[in-house]
Amino acid sequence: MRTIRIGSGAGYSGDRIEPAVELAEKGDIQYLVFECLGERTVALAQQARMKNPELGYDPLLEERLRAVLPICAAKGIKIVTNMGAANPEGAAKKAAEIARSLGFSSLKIAAIVGDDVLDACKEDDFPIMEFDGSIRQLGNRLLSANAYLRAEPMTDALRGGADIVITGRASDPALFLAPMIHAFGWSMDDWNLLGQGTVAGHLLECAGQITGGYFADPGCKDIPDLARLGFPIGEVGEDGSLIVTKVAGSGGAVTAQTCKEQLLYEVHDPTQYLQPDVVADFSQVRVEEIGPDRVRVSGGRGSKRTGTLKVSVGYLDGFIGEGQISYAGPGALARAKLALEIVRQRLNLTGVATSELRFDLIGVDSLHGARVSAHTAEPYEVRVRVAGRTENLREAGRIGNEVETLYTNGPAAGGGAWKSARDVVAVASVLLPRELASPQVRFFGSVA
Amino acid sequence: MKLREIAHSRTGDKGNTSNISVIAYEAKHYPLLLRAVTSERVKAHFAGVVEGDVVRYELPNISALNFVMTGTLGGGVTRSLALDAHGKSLSSALLDLEIEASLDP
Repeated sequence: MRTIRIGSGAGYSGDRIEPAVELAEKGDIQYLVFECLGERTVALAQQARMKNPELGYDPLLEERLRAVLPICAAKGIKIVTNMGAANPEGAAKKAAEIARSLGFSSLKIAAIVGDDVLDACKEDDFPIMEFDGSIRQLGNRLLSANAYLRAEPMTDALRGGADIVITGRASDPALFLAPMIHAFGWSMDDWNLLGQGTVAGHLLECAGQITGGYFADPGCKDIPDLARLGFPIGEVGEDGSLIVTKVAGSGGAVTAQTCKEQLLYEVHDPTQYLQPDVVADFSQVRVEEIGPDRVRVSGGRGSKRTGTLKVSVGYLDGFIGEGQISYAGPGALARAKLALEIVRQRLNLTGVATSELRFDLIGVDSLHGARVSAHTAEPYEVRVRVAGRTENLREAGRIGNEVETLYTNGPAAGGGAWKSARDVVAVASVLLPRELASPQVRFFGSVA
Repeated sequence: MKLREIAHSRTGDKGNTSNISVIAYEAKHYPLLLRAVTSERVKAHFAGVVEGDVVRYELPNISALNFVMTGTLGGGVTRSLALDAHGKSLSSALLDLEIEASLDP
C-alpha cells in the first residue's frame, strides 16, 4: 500500500521555526504544511494590505521559507501553507523572490485566490451566526469576508506541479487533505475517506498540540523536553489509515492521551464536524499506541458536504482600554480590592463612557470569576486588572489612566502599573452558498 | 476524589462557545464519568462563567466526554475583555470537580 508522510510545521502564525527545519531534515516527509492563519489574522492582514498593497501576507513568511526551503528544495518536499493570509499572490511573488535569492531557479509556486468573498457578501445580505444581526447591519465597520475554501484548488495546484502552494483562508484540515487527495487520487465524493483524512488533518493542524504541547501537568501528565518539542508527522496510507508520530530524538511525546485530547480540540458535535470538503464524523474514532511515539488513529467517517461555505467576517468592534497594578505581602488582597473599588468610583465620577467593564484580581479570580474561585486561600501577591469597552480610543485610554493614578492616589505600595488602549477587530461568521466563491490557481516561477 | 485523578481534559474555543473534553485515563472509569460528570453538574460548576447551555457528547471508543458550553467567552474570543479570552484555562477548573467515589460500583 502506498503511504505518504506529512509534517506539520506550524500550529499558529507565531509558532517556533526550528521544529519545522527538524521535520524537513530528519522527518522523511514528502509534504510540509504550515497552518498559520487564526480566526482574526486574516482581518488584521486585510488592514495591513490596505496600508500597503504589497503586504497582507504572514509576517513570518520570509523567515520560515528561508529556514526550510533549502532542505525542501533539495529533497523535493512540497510545501502547503495558508501564509498567504489576505494576499496569497503577494506571498507567492515573495516566495519566488526568496527562492531565486537562494539559488533555486526552477521552483513552481502556486497562489490560491478567491477566498476573499467580501463583494459577494455585500451584494446580498447574510445573517450573522453568532448574534442577532446581518452583514448589512455591520455597515462600514465591515473589514473583510473570507470563505473557508476546500482542498480542491490546492490539489489542482499540486497536480500542476507546484512545489509551494500558498492559500489565504482555507479549511485547516484541507491543507493536509490536499496532499492526500493528490497523492492517492481520492475521489472528491468518497465521504468516508475524506472523513478519515479530515481526522488526520484535524489532529496535525495544531502542530505541537499533539506531540505534548498544551498537555503537560507535572506529576500527573509529564512530558519530556518541551523546550525541544518535536512537531508531528502523519503517516497516511491510501486507504486513509493514519499513524501519528514525530522525529526520533525530538522532545515531547505522541501518546494515546495526546491524540485523544487533540481529536476533540475545538470540536462540538463529534458526529458532525462541518468541513468544506465533507461532514466528518469523529464519533467512532479509535486510538491505539502501536510503538514508542507511534499512535494509530482509525475509524473516521464522513457524509456529503453541505451546500454552504463558512465565511469569517472581520469587523471593527469599538475599543478596549485596560490597566493593571500589583500589591503584595500582608493585606495585599484587601488593598487590591480597595484599588478596584477606587477605580470603579473614579470611572463613574469622571464619566468614562463604557458599554462593558470588568474588574479582575489576577492570582485570585481573573480566570474563572469570583464564584468558581471562591474557596482559594489568600495569595502573597495580587494583580489588579480593570478592562472596559468604549466607543473611541480616547475613552479607552482613560480606563488605564485611572489604574495608573493609583500609584500616587491609591492604596499603599502599588507597583508595576501598566496600561493599554486598542481598537478591536472582531470576527463573526456567515454561511455563503458554495457557488458564490470561485477559487482559482495562479502559478509563479522562480526563474529569473 | 477530584475528577483530575481519573481523567484529563483540554479546552477549545470557537466564537463565544467553549468545548471541554474529559477523557478517562482508564477505560474502566468511563462509566463513572458518564454517571458523575453530567451537563447539569458541569453547568453548576461553572456558575458565573457559562451563560448559555451545556451539551454533553459521548465518545465511548476513546472513553471521553465532550462538553460544549455556549455563552462562555465574554461575547467571543476576538472581542472579550477577559484575561484568558480563549478560555484555555477552563479545563483545569473542571478537573477540580469533586467525584463521589460511591458512584463507582
